[in-house]
Order: sequence, then structure tokens, then C-alpha cells
Amino acid sequence: MTYFMNKHLNKMMIISGILIVIGLLFLSLGYTNIRNITFILATIVAIGPILVRAYNALMVKSFSIELLISIAVIAAMFIQEYTEAAVVTFLFLFGAYLEKRTLEKTSQSIQSLLEMEPMVAYKWIDGEEVEVDVDDVEIGDHLIIRPGSQVPVDGVVVKGSAQLNEAAITGESVLSHKTAKDEVYSGTIIESGYIEIEATKIGADSTFSKIIELVETATSSKSPTEKFLNTFAQYYTPAVVILSIIVYFITKDVHLAITFLVIACPGALIIGAPVAYVAGLGNASKKGVLIKGGAVIDQFAKVKTVIFDKTGTLTEGKPSVTRIHSFTDIREDDLLRDVAAVERVSEHHLGRTIVDEAVKRGLDINMPVSEMTAIKARGVSGILRDANYLIGNERLMTENNIQITDDTLELYENEQKLGQTVMFISKNGMVVGLISIMDKIKSDAKETIDYLKSQGVKKIVILTGDNYFAAQKVSEILGIDEFHAELLPEDKLNYIENEQKTNPTLMVGDGINDAPALAMSDVGLAIGHKGTDIAMETADVVLMGEKLRHAAYGFALSKQTFNVMIQNTAIALLTVVLLLFGVIYGYIHLASGMLIHELSILIVILNAMRLMRYKDREISHKNVEFTKDTLA
Amino acid sequence: MIRTQLTTDTLTCPSCIKKIESGLKSISGVEDVDVNFNVSRVKVSHSKDVSADKIKATVEKLGYPVKSVRTTA
Repeated sequence: MTYFMNKHLNKMMIISGILIVIGLLFLSLGYTNIRNITFILATIVAIGPILVRAYNALMVKSFSIELLISIAVIAAMFIQEYTEAAVVTFLFLFGAYLEKRTLEKTSQSIQSLLEMEPMVAYKWIDGEEVEVDVDDVEIGDHLIIRPGSQVPVDGVVVKGSAQLNEAAITGESVLSHKTAKDEVYSGTIIESGYIEIEATKIGADSTFSKIIELVETATSSKSPTEKFLNTFAQYYTPAVVILSIIVYFITKDVHLAITFLVIACPGALIIGAPVAYVAGLGNASKKGVLIKGGAVIDQFAKVKTVIFDKTGTLTEGKPSVTRIHSFTDIREDDLLRDVAAVERVSEHHLGRTIVDEAVKRGLDINMPVSEMTAIKARGVSGILRDANYLIGNERLMTENNIQITDDTLELYENEQKLGQTVMFISKNGMVVGLISIMDKIKSDAKETIDYLKSQGVKKIVILTGDNYFAAQKVSEILGIDEFHAELLPEDKLNYIENEQKTNPTLMVGDGINDAPALAMSDVGLAIGHKGTDIAMETADVVLMGEKLRHAAYGFALSKQTFNVMIQNTAIALLTVVLLLFGVIYGYIHLASGMLIHELSILIVILNAMRLMRYKDREISHKNVEFTKDTLA
Repeated sequence: MIRTQLTTDTLTCPSCIKKIESGLKSISGVEDVDVNFNVSRVKVSHSKDVSADKIKATVEKLGYPVKSVRTTA
């Protein structure tokens, strides 16, 4: 029965509509009786699906709007208001139809993302290629991926090479070339080429599943406004129903009483906010900007201060060794070799840069080093060939009472002023050299900063553990309002805590070493790395791609979404007031009440649909070319 | 524990959530039901005594055509 009703819902709606038109024709010709019959028929046709739904809901002890409409319509028939009954039922069905069609559109981007979830994989089993369900893939399985098909799970390429479109993950349709030992992510698509992979992350752990999980949770989490509206609706509906009963007993006016029933369910109130969030979240996810729900959008929209981590966020995070200064007769390469040997213990990106450089130069750094220690936020130490090495920043030198000559200090400062990060090399308490390392500013850093400012961000700050001059240089180039350098992780936290007291704060980081700062700030945004586990967990907003500008886009879109949500809430509340007073003062009757009710729903949905068309603003900048090659 | 995920026709009224939840929970063997109104998805955790077909049939009986079903152990 239910299934039949659903299947033929649209037909019934159309028949009811046609009958109403015929009835109106007869009315204009003066055949009142025939009009009444057609209107009664129209009502009977259209009330069917409404009654069935009301009954189904009652069966699971749920009080539905369909029940209210059913009571109202039956009562209307009873008092011979056939026209009203027919129009109300038709409008209810037609409104529901339009609602469904438009709602489908608002969640389209999210739906299409969900539908991209890989379903099948091709697996090598005993030298044969077998099609299996993606859920049956296990870690270590050897999979085949052909052009045009999707990577089913995360894995490492073992054979072949291909051009992959990673848009499903990053939102950037730039092809990336993958060959042996490269990582590939589920959901990405092979444009050309052929690869075989070994599965490394399957099921819920694969990148695409995590994105879907995050997006789904985001769409089902409720913002404070939404919660308020839901609570309001929860009390409003029963209150109006009771009001309708009271009105009946006082006035004995059935018509007035049932009009209250028709306006009792404030559709726009319930749907206005979520529809805005879904459209906004969907638009963002297309760009690889994953926002964790409506509550985050509200917070994000209010941000006044934006804090950036420097290395890896504003800069490429791929530093390279630019100069090695040896103060003794040790050859440059030999010095680099010794330093790299000690730096092997370092997990810091600067340390790794030195090791990489030594390997690149073909130096053998596998020498025995004893007492290798990484000293947090300072550097490393170790004993190599009976010599004591301390390698790190100025702080490390002063704390160990190592003398720095004036000449060395001058060289150090000059290098820093060029934007270089400089490390001291001390051997047995003497500074024997310096190593300069440099990191490029990201090409879209400048436009991101300008974009944020144009969207109403008041203050942009850099917090970095790097040296003063490097931070100053980047701030200068990018037009940053304030910078704080040589900070320890806890200094960053203190700054954020303090700043948040006055301004809602957004922290932008790479999600790896600044996880605590991301977690602490009002809104934490992690960028890049195709969403590492830790970033996905601690950040409120995750950029799957590498484009920094998308951080500003997420902000602009959140502001827009927040505005639409507020507008929708206002429209819904106004409708409620309008309907209540309209009914009380006799301007609104059954049919017109229904019409306004349905119209208000359509207006909030259409308003939300504007968010789907909201576009990333491309900014052209004279400075872009300049910043690309500028040092950090 | 088996997880079955259904994608339904677009859900239009948030009251559907309660209807589907209580409808499915009344089946014995169904442990947990999560209805995501905004993306029209229903996630059900259930024992192996309940078939995915049974879940699909129940949701359809409540008035929501099911577009796809996916089950994972």
C-alpha cells in the first residue's frame, strides 16, 4: 500500500491538480454541484498518500504533520469546505514534490561525492585477474588498475606508471604522475597509464572512506542555531495543536480551528538552517575543503584573527641547503658528511634537509655516532670520532656556553636577513661552520592573505619556531600584521589562548607538528598531506589539496553560508508570526495558510541553493611572480 | 556485527528520521540505527539473524524507496 502510494505519488498529485482546474471551470460556468463533486474527488485522490503516511507514523508512535493535515482535511469536508480541502491537499503534495526536487539539488555535491566511493577492485589471484568487492580486499593484496578506473583502496605502486586525477580527494584537477613506490589514494582515477599496487589501507582506513565518514558526520552534526530551531519546533507544533483545540471549544468555529492545524508545522523552521549548511558543506567539499559541520561554519564565519604557522604552511616546507660555511680547513663535503651523520637522529625538517643533501651529494654518512640526541626546538648532539658535536640554533650555542666570534655573528645575521635559516656547527665547543637552509614561500600565499583581508579578517599573525629574520622576511613579503619568532610549541599555545579572549581565532597549520595549536584554537585548519590521520582528527577544517588559497575560500564560503542560514531563520520566524496573526485576524484561511507555508519552505531552499553556485574568487596579483622566487 | 548502509530517495522531512529509526529498531537483532537526513543515508548495525533484504523491505514499507544497499561484516 505504502509502496503503491509512493510509486504513484506524482500521478495522484497531477490528477488532483487537473480535477481542481476542471472544478474551477465548472464553477465559472455556474455548476456548483459538479464543482463540488470534482473537488471532493480531487481531495480523495490526494489525501490517500497523506493518510497512509500519517498511519505509518502513528504505528511507530510518531506524531506527523500528515496526521494534522489529514484531520484538517477531513474536518473541512465535514463542514463542506470542499474547495479548501481540495486545494490544501493538492498544495501539500505539490509542495512536498517541489521540496524534494530542490532538496536533491542542494545535497547534490555531497551525494555525488558519496557516489564516487569505489565499489570493485581487480585482484591477482594465482596468476589470474579476479573482480572482487572492494570490501573483500585485504592489506597486501596485489591489485590491478586500468585507465579510466578508480583506485579502490590506498596502496603503493609496485609496477607501471600512470597519470592520476586526484580531484576526488584534493579538489584540484591537476594530474599527478605516479610510478613505482609512490603512494596512491582510493577514489582517485587513472587518466592514462597502467599500474599495479599493493594495498596498504583498506575499508574504513582508506583515504576516501575517511573523507566520506567526515562529510557524513559533518552533515549530521547540528549547530547551536539548528538545535534551537528544532527545540522551538518541538514546542511550537504541540502548542498550536492545543491552541486549535482551545479555539474550537471557545468559538465552536471548526474552520478557524483546522486552519491552525494546517499552519502548525513550521517546515521552513526545520529545514531552513540544515539546507544552508548542506549546500555550503557540499560546495566546500568539491574544492577539497572538508568542514566538520554547521557548528564549525558558524565559528569559522566569525573569525577575526588568522594565525599561520610558517614552515610548510606559508612556505613550501621543502627546504634545501643553500650554503655551507667551513671556518677550518675541513672541506665543505666532509663537514656536511659529519653533520649529516649526527643529524640522522633528528626528526626536524631542517635536520632531514641536511641528511637529504648529503645523500644527494653521494656522501657516505653511515658512520658510528654515539650518544646521538635530538634536543627539542634546539638541534642535535652526538659524538663522532671522539669529537663532541652540537648542531643547531643560536639558543643551543648560548645554552652550552659556546663562544660565537663577532665575524661569525655578522655572517650569521647577514644570512638571516636574506631569509635563510642558519644552523651552527660546533665541534668540541668551537664553532667550526654554518649551514644555511632556505624554504620558498608558496606561490599562492600572498593572494591568500589578501583574500582573507578582503573578507574582513582584522589581524594576520605568523607564529614560528624559526628565527626572527626569516619570520620578518616572510611577513614583509606577504603583508602580515604581526609575527612572533623563535617560539616554543607552548609559546604558540599561550599566544592563541590569549588572542582568543578578544578575537575569534583561526589557526592554519600543516597538521603534523602543530596539532595541539590546531586543537586549541576556535577553528583549526590543517592543510595538505592528503589529510593525515592526526590532521583529520584534530582540525575542524581539513584542506585535502595543497592550495593555500582554499583556506581563504573556505572562510569566504563559511561567511556566506552563515549569512544564508541567518536569513533563512529570519524568513522562517517571520512566516510563523505572519501565519499566526493572519489566522487570528481572519486574513488567512486553510488554502492560503498552506500556500504561505509551502512558499516559505521553497524560499529557504532556493536561498540556500545560491550557495552551490558560490565561486572561488580568482585574484590576479602583480606580486605572485615575485613571491614565487622569494626566499623565506 | 554486520553493518548495512542504505541510500534512500531524498528524505524531505526531518520527522522521517524518527519514523525510520523506530521502525527499524523494532526488528529484533537490530542494534543501532543512524539516519542521516541530509544525505539520505541510513546506517544499521545488526546481527546476522537480520538480512539486508529485511531492512530494505522495512524502510520501503515505511514509505521510503531504497536506491542502494551495502553490507559489510
